[in-house]
Amino acid sequence: MIQPFRTQIGGLVERWNAIRFTFDGRALIGFKGDTLASALLANGIFLVGRSVKYHRPRGILAAGSEEPNALVRIVRGHGRDTPNLRATQIEIYEGLAAVSQNNFPSLAFDLGAIARLGEKFLLAGFYYKTFMPSLVAWKKLFEPAIRHAAGLGRAPIGEDPDQYANRYAHCDVLIIGAGPAGLAAARAAAATGVRVILCDEQAQMGGSLLADSDTDIEGRPARDWVASLLRDLYRHENIILLPRTTAFGYYADNFVALAERRTDHQSASSYPRERLWQVRAKEVVLATGAIERPLVFPNNDRPGIMLADAARVYLNRYAVRPGTTAIVLAAHDSGYRAALDLHAAGIPIALIADPRETTYNPWVQRAQKAGIRVAAGTEPVNTFGHLRVHTLQTRHGASGTIETHHADLILMAGGWTPTVHLFSQSRGRLRFDEQLGAHVPDISVQRERSAGACRGLFDLNATLEDGHRAGAEAATTSGAASWSHATIPTTIIPIMTGTAALPITGRHAFVDFQNDVTISDIQLALREGFRSVEHVKRYTATGMATDQGKLSNVNTLAVMAQATNRAVADLGLTSFRPPYTPVTFGTLAGLSRGALFDPIRTTPLHTQEAAEGAMFENIGAWKRARYFPKPGEDLHTAVIRECRTVRETVGLFDASTLGKIDVSGPDAALFLDRLYATPLRNLSPGKSRYSIMLTEAGFVMDDGIVARLSETNFHVTTTTGGAARVLAHMEDYLQTEWPWMQVWLTSITEQFAVIALQGPRARDVLQPFLNAIDLASLPHMGVRDFRLCGIPVRLFRVSFTGEIGFEINIPADDGPIVWAQLREAVAGQGGCAYGMETMHVLRAEKGFFIVGQETDGTVIPDDLGFGALGHAKLDFVGKRSLALPHMRAPGRLRLVGLLTEDGTTKLEEGAQITAEARPPPGTKSLGHVTSSYTSAALGRPIALALLANGRTRIGETLNIPMPTGSVVVHVVSPVFIDPEGTRAYG
Amino acid sequence: MRFNFWNLAKQSLTGHTGWPEQWRDPEPKSAYDVVIIGAGGHGLATAYYLAKEHGIRNVAVMEKGWLGGGNTGRNTTIIRSNYLWEESEAIYEHAMVLWETLSQELNYNVMYSPRGVMMLAHNEQDVRIFKRHVHANRLAGIDNEWLSAEQAKDFCPPLNISPNARYPILGAALQRRGGVARHDAVAWGYARAADRMGVDIIQNCAVTGIHRDHNGVVTGVETTRGEIKTSRLGIAAAGHTSVIMAMAGLHMPLESFPLQALVSEPIKPVLPCVVMSNTTHAYISQSDKGELVIGAGTDQYNSYSQTGSLHITTRTLDAICELFPITRRLRMLRNWGGIVDVTPDRSPIIGLTPAEGLFVNCGWGTGGFKATPGSGHVFAATIAHNQPHPIAAPFSLHRFRTGRLIDEAAAAAVSH
Repeated sequence: MIQPFRTQIGGLVERWNAIRFTFDGRALIGFKGDTLASALLANGIFLVGRSVKYHRPRGILAAGSEEPNALVRIVRGHGRDTPNLRATQIEIYEGLAAVSQNNFPSLAFDLGAIARLGEKFLLAGFYYKTFMPSLVAWKKLFEPAIRHAAGLGRAPIGEDPDQYANRYAHCDVLIIGAGPAGLAAARAAAATGVRVILCDEQAQMGGSLLADSDTDIEGRPARDWVASLLRDLYRHENIILLPRTTAFGYYADNFVALAERRTDHQSASSYPRERLWQVRAKEVVLATGAIERPLVFPNNDRPGIMLADAARVYLNRYAVRPGTTAIVLAAHDSGYRAALDLHAAGIPIALIADPRETTYNPWVQRAQKAGIRVAAGTEPVNTFGHLRVHTLQTRHGASGTIETHHADLILMAGGWTPTVHLFSQSRGRLRFDEQLGAHVPDISVQRERSAGACRGLFDLNATLEDGHRAGAEAATTSGAASWSHATIPTTIIPIMTGTAALPITGRHAFVDFQNDVTISDIQLALREGFRSVEHVKRYTATGMATDQGKLSNVNTLAVMAQATNRAVADLGLTSFRPPYTPVTFGTLAGLSRGALFDPIRTTPLHTQEAAEGAMFENIGAWKRARYFPKPGEDLHTAVIRECRTVRETVGLFDASTLGKIDVSGPDAALFLDRLYATPLRNLSPGKSRYSIMLTEAGFVMDDGIVARLSETNFHVTTTTGGAARVLAHMEDYLQTEWPWMQVWLTSITEQFAVIALQGPRARDVLQPFLNAIDLASLPHMGVRDFRLCGIPVRLFRVSFTGEIGFEINIPADDGPIVWAQLREAVAGQGGCAYGMETMHVLRAEKGFFIVGQETDGTVIPDDLGFGALGHAKLDFVGKRSLALPHMRAPGRLRLVGLLTEDGTTKLEEGAQITAEARPPPGTKSLGHVTSSYTSAALGRPIALALLANGRTRIGETLNIPMPTGSVVVHVVSPVFIDPEGTRAYG
Repeated sequence: MRFNFWNLAKQSLTGHTGWPEQWRDPEPKSAYDVVIIGAGGHGLATAYYLAKEHGIRNVAVMEKGWLGGGNTGRNTTIIRSNYLWEESEAIYEHAMVLWETLSQELNYNVMYSPRGVMMLAHNEQDVRIFKRHVHANRLAGIDNEWLSAEQAKDFCPPLNISPNARYPILGAALQRRGGVARHDAVAWGYARAADRMGVDIIQNCAVTGIHRDHNGVVTGVETTRGEIKTSRLGIAAAGHTSVIMAMAGLHMPLESFPLQALVSEPIKPVLPCVVMSNTTHAYISQSDKGELVIGAGTDQYNSYSQTGSLHITTRTLDAICELFPITRRLRMLRNWGGIVDVTPDRSPIIGLTPAEGLFVNCGWGTGGFKATPGSGHVFAATIAHNQPHPIAAPFSLHRFRTGRLIDEAAAAAVSH
């Protein structure tokens, strides 16, 4: 197979390295170093896509990431298929399979193009004006039709098997862009010895120099200069070079996010596909270059119409002739440069049409010397050609003469737009430069500087020196020694200038190619009162396609300025939002996937519990044992057995997840006394107290045991879910409200394994391990340090089941040893291990509430039966709120117990309570069921509920309306067993 | 000219040259009966209902930037009414009923798309909370139903319901009437309809001061385009409410946070409904244009910066990729932030203030878009009658003095 449009010589592709690939199933050949776009052009394929709205045939317009038309799907097998990739950025590899998008049945013959028949109807915002006879018609008819027509590529089917990586880095100087300015900056910065990162979105570094065929830098051809400079840079240890890496987001404090593509250019790889770099740089050099602008004129979107510099890149860098005969529309001298390069490569230039009435211009002379016809004061007015352009009409401005020309390649040189996206993201202020007809950086806000074309310098010599200065200055500012100015001599080429080309109105004059936004759309928006550029953008969707307006933003402003007789500078600019180019979700997610999505927290006793056959559940990030089924048992039967065992003998429970905070310091007692509603100042060392913490608004926030170990040292436990929240709450008050207090807070949650021993025989299990000490001397709520199996443990006598109970805090690593010993002793007493579910049932039987289950951010202590809490205290967090009228108002929801009348129905948690058996819609709820279990001790289901005026309703009969009918319940005390609480004190 | 198929067809023949401005760009008058600060959805809706329902047409809506440019044009457009507390149910359901005919009411296709909002339960606590919502909503006559994980997948096929997921899906609450709308069109639709009735929408005009007489009664505002007299001033300035209220010497119980959202590149339809996962902080739907619209949680720190931190974005995408594995190779196209104003109980404040003639509508936090029609409707009534509309009454500023808070989010936090 031959590549008919490949040049015989030149370019940077590896001619000895042929690569087979397919496009829409057609087998083709390219060379290593080609992009999909250059390889397609080499094969004479210009038609690559269809536009979104009108399905107009579209060709390759650009050579870089600004490409709006050439979007394809890359097929690598289900989970690896990727839609919407730009052919101009895809490096071809052996076996690459690309498929065009948004067409049926084929790219050349697309039925969707029928939309063109309605194009007079489908102008900007048409959907706001119709399709609204009724909600049903919109939902069933119009919206599905619109959704079906919209969208570009198809999402992959199945899960992406590729891996993604993440890396954090610090550097002194981050240089973004490795064109002439970036390379000069990198050389200058690296020479000082500071740490440098240089990244560039392309596979090869060098930027515009890679397409340079006739310039020498420091005495050698530009491309050789690039190669040797890069060789030098690779030898520096203090520089990281990142090709294929796009800096896509510029955040606060010089935090810049980079996306590195590592494997997409290979057939297969075992490396992560992409890598996210999160870089904190002392100084940033923006050397992001500039993007050429298309011209806006009727039918400027046909395949074969291309940016002038893109054609130069395809020719010089990729050794591709992008057409057989070319016409250049040059509002900027760079068009002449492209024309001359193409001409030199043997591509006839039928005409250079220049809208300027040129006087003296060296580029015109050069072109004319080469025998190229230059038509000054001439504008394009129309083109013809269905799947490829073949004819151009021009008009001479002064005479009005219309001429017709033939060519299959029409090049647009509309001037250059500095790439200020990252500068703008960094919050830097832009200014409109009338001469350039574009925005340039004005005032920096962060520690960055722009160099070269991205700040409006288009002369190579000036750009190189600007880059050197920026790199050296950044290095010095970041800590290097002083720097000196350097000249980087180059071949002198005439300065290129241009004019702001005026949009030529007429039908099909496209401003935004991908989204099919024309001059008419923008004019309509303006006519309808959308004056702000943001309004115009949102109404017409200009600049909102996947290229995010890289080619259209300035032209949109030009059209608006022309239509409203205002200066572009007065129109403002839409915000540049990250990312600069689209970033793969997987790259941003990185390693946070599957089990690593959120770290799994396991307790020190997890292995022992798993060996015991535990079924685990997620509690926050923790895995906690829910129940320990014996063979043949389900959740229900296991829990009944566990409950019975604890009440009758003894049970063993892993309470390690409870939050634990060490509170120390001379003011620790005062601090805790103020933070908890419970009085704690008078707590004696060696004693603990059940304590409730309130929010500022007076609502129950957390609960736990506060133990005083010494005058100045407390061991505080929190709920599992509250551990982090409570510590943050404590820190917040310590640092902002009472900064004078001498208190130190340390999270010790993970330092201890905690085993709860609960049940009438708990003491019998424990006593033998504590040879010399009599457990009977440890009163209820006592706390003492002991040695158990030779291991120092902290023992709390506390009960969350209503039975005699101990909680043993063991150094985390020793937890398994103690568990094994106690487990054996428990078994000896006929006991067992129990899980979360049993813990829940046992506490509910005693009427103990759980924060977040019985409480919901509206519950005060009084609602839970702690009415007297904190009355005697002078002050504590939440006290003021407890005095508010609503906290004392009648009708508050209070904690009660519920028993179903039939004695067998287990209520659903969250079910509502009403007086009526069949409440009509809109009935006010009296409350809701907060907990519901089958009680082994009572042999029937029990429930806790929050009920309006609950405490005065005990004895009443109410209803729980369910979809299947109402359940009759009796209101009872929330304490179902041992109301006197004697068992725990036994 | 009315928006309809025939006018559109007629205009198609004449190059759409006959469409008038959707709203005027008037010079501010020296005095208005009512001035609203903030031309977002809430402010414009308020002006519309003042004119439409209360005959108060001499109204100005002041906007610092361009109308609809704040949170109205920055949110993920989720609409639902399956809230827990009766007060919240009332206002969001009030809005929902208005949404259902809003396109016809405004003669502007706001593309309200009741495609169903599904809230995922990832643990036993989520199950308990969402079932409580379902039961409470049923009692109130608001649709909300419980789905098993399998039923959830039937409703939304790309959902990953593997029991081996880090946080497996145990079920979901589905409100079928919930959905999304086209946010810009809501602002534009209200603006156009209000303008037709004589409301002046003054864009690019910042309010710099609030004038009050010696009794503290509002007499007007100072703006960048001169003084405007009014006896009734309504604030609907979202994240900047505190700043405006401070001009009247009032300190609001508000904190402002950046909230981020992002869209993917457009793809053909894959996601038929709205999916919310509060536990993993991910909210997603697919726009009619084909973009996946994804909402994140708020940043941890107070800020007026309309860009958030990258780690909030990545955290949300972690979750999205877990819930919808087919999205991992899709790409983020655009990422932005808005400033949300959050009250201590995360419910809005609508009503009178200690300054006579000054009314406030703020504190919608992360969920204000869905309330737009209802919020504007009750706020207009509150301003017109100088007393809270019954639905707005529980949301008074006064509730922070009585303690009668309406805390939706706290119901979701659990501890063990």
